[in-house]
Amino acid sequence: MRGAKPTGCGSPVCLTAHTLFSLLGRRECGRHRAAQKFERCRSYRKSKMKPMITDRKRHLVTAALVAPAGLWLLVFLVLPFMAMVVFSFGERAPEGGYQAAFTFAQFANLPSRAAAFWNTMMIAPVGAFLCLIVAYPVAYYLAIKSDPKYRLVLVSLVVVPFWTSLLVRTYAWMYILGSRGIPNLLGMIGIEDIRLLNTPGAVLLGIVYGYLPLMIMPIYVSLEKLDRRLLEASADLGAKPVSTFFGITLPLSLPGVMTGVALVTILLLGEYLIPQLLGGGKVFFIGNALVDLFLQSRNWPFGSAIAVTLVVVVVIVLSVAMRIAWKVSGSRQVDLV
Amino acid sequence: MTKWYRENAPISAQNLTDEWMRLKRGSVTRRHFLGVTGLGLAAAVLARQPGLFNSAAYAEDLGTTMSLATWPNYHDPATFEAFTAATGVAVEVNVFGSNEEMLAKLQAGGTGWDLFVPTNYTISTYVKLGLIAPLELAKVPAFSQATESARFTTEGAIDGTTYALPKNWGTTGMAVNTSKIKTKLTSWKDFFEVAMTEADGRAMVHDYQLTTIGSALVSLGYSFNSIKPEELAKAEELLIKVKPHLYGINSDYQPGMRATDAWMTMCWTNDGAQLNRDMPEVAYILGADGGEIWTDFYAIPKSAANKPAGYALLDYLMTPENAVKEHIANGAPTTDSRVLALLPADVTSNKIVYPDEASLTKLEFGAAVTLTDPARAELMARFKSA
Repeated sequence: MRGAKPTGCGSPVCLTAHTLFSLLGRRECGRHRAAQKFERCRSYRKSKMKPMITDRKRHLVTAALVAPAGLWLLVFLVLPFMAMVVFSFGERAPEGGYQAAFTFAQFANLPSRAAAFWNTMMIAPVGAFLCLIVAYPVAYYLAIKSDPKYRLVLVSLVVVPFWTSLLVRTYAWMYILGSRGIPNLLGMIGIEDIRLLNTPGAVLLGIVYGYLPLMIMPIYVSLEKLDRRLLEASADLGAKPVSTFFGITLPLSLPGVMTGVALVTILLLGEYLIPQLLGGGKVFFIGNALVDLFLQSRNWPFGSAIAVTLVVVVVIVLSVAMRIAWKVSGSRQVDLV
Repeated sequence: MTKWYRENAPISAQNLTDEWMRLKRGSVTRRHFLGVTGLGLAAAVLARQPGLFNSAAYAEDLGTTMSLATWPNYHDPATFEAFTAATGVAVEVNVFGSNEEMLAKLQAGGTGWDLFVPTNYTISTYVKLGLIAPLELAKVPAFSQATESARFTTEGAIDGTTYALPKNWGTTGMAVNTSKIKTKLTSWKDFFEVAMTEADGRAMVHDYQLTTIGSALVSLGYSFNSIKPEELAKAEELLIKVKPHLYGINSDYQPGMRATDAWMTMCWTNDGAQLNRDMPEVAYILGADGGEIWTDFYAIPKSAANKPAGYALLDYLMTPENAVKEHIANGAPTTDSRVLALLPADVTSNKIVYPDEASLTKLEFGAAVTLTDPARAELMARFKSA
């Protein structure tokens, strides 16, 4: 809090306003000063009850606004997460499932999934980076070069793939990459027996395809906010387009870039579907290890331990990414989407 | 219009529409709808006319949908269409890759399955865990115990109580695309060797602990059902050595084999027969060193939401005239001599479906302990995440 002690008349309304303003970093509450000058907090002296009522009312409104989301999060996020933490200290029941216990054995067993963690930690950032390489030119075109008349249509086209389920679209890739697809075409020009499906390359391709819109959108938003006069000024002063891009456009779009990279990386850390379908059970993510533990070997405690670890990893990745983003962009105006 | 006429007149078109919309919204029961519109009476009268409606008479309300959990490529889709036409019940089919996956879903609860297809070695565990209910055989009049082959069907009953009725038996062998692989495979030992050499990047194993670990054990000269730690450790070593050479780990291997992305795979009888039927170059081979022989059963989960429909479908599938079509499409051998008698000669003489007795002697039925053994479960999970 930047402001010192509230100096107003002490009415709850004034106090709240003052706190709010100091939180926002403003020096003084202008309205409060005005009130002091002309009214001497007439409302407060006249009736002590009235502000109390509005205060309670405001609390009620706040509660009503927050309650649905809060309840939802409590029931479907906080409670399950607590159950998961409890489970992670338990034991596998003889027939599978959960059996109450207190042991660190599940966490001690984490190294047995090191390969899956490693795969995920490698492929997720690489996938996000490839997404960025593909997405940036598209976003740049949409925000800077495209005709404003058609911009809305073009931007909507980016979102069109979301109209079909990712499952269906990934299945389509199975056929494109399978022997009857691209390898068949390669066979026609004499390159025989190429295998594309069930390789890390296929998984990366699926990732770039599936997550591209999530990368394009934040970059587009930050590029669209770019003040064109800066580009004109740069050109006026004799800068070449390339140096304008690296000196002005890219740095100013970094918040969007960071948002996109963080968003895609975090989602990829929990990815399950694409490696399952395009990796054939061979390119194994931590998400696949989780599914395996719950749906095949029925080892809930170990699965919970991995899930808890994954959550911790995601939180760490997120906070590091956000910190870097704040530093790079010099503001805290970096948000997810 | 007299009062008498109004009360006894047939329902007007407007009222029929209203009642129909109420039924569709779920505001009224079907019984109310049939009663108030007179359609129930009409149907009852018409049903007495022989030849008008041939559907079996079901005493209970079967609802409109039911859910079946089964294996990939395991049924003739026409069977379900015919069942829906006969009963008005649509069948939703869920496909699984392993018994462990089915067990996990049932343990977690709320599957909504009204009928599912467990394999012989799992039934005792399902009973022990209280996940399946004893079958009321009176509701399955089409089933005939006398014509079932005891060799394949005994595991459906625990302590004299019948919990599951046999669907078909089969074997777990290997399907090999002989136009791509020239080596002649005869054993699981060959399978794993070829997977690392001639079929490098083209072999598939099941996403299923019983057959994948079991076949690896057999190739090393151990029992298919072993749970001995030192033997499992050897099997794990082999599987992890093979893994980088595999095309995939998946129990739904037909798409890969048909597209010739995969050249050979662990394979169940029915898939072997289906593949060979459409692609004669795909051979189905039983391991000379051993492997699995199995029976799949139908069982009804205790948690079934629509048991009447589960029983109705079970009875439908147990009827020899319906079962024979399933067997022709699916390609797995029957346990019921009534069905065998109806099957065409080209099916019964197919050596993939009905192999010589001599080739079966080394095969083992899966053992119940493998389903719940934590070491096998964890080995499979480690193999996959390696």
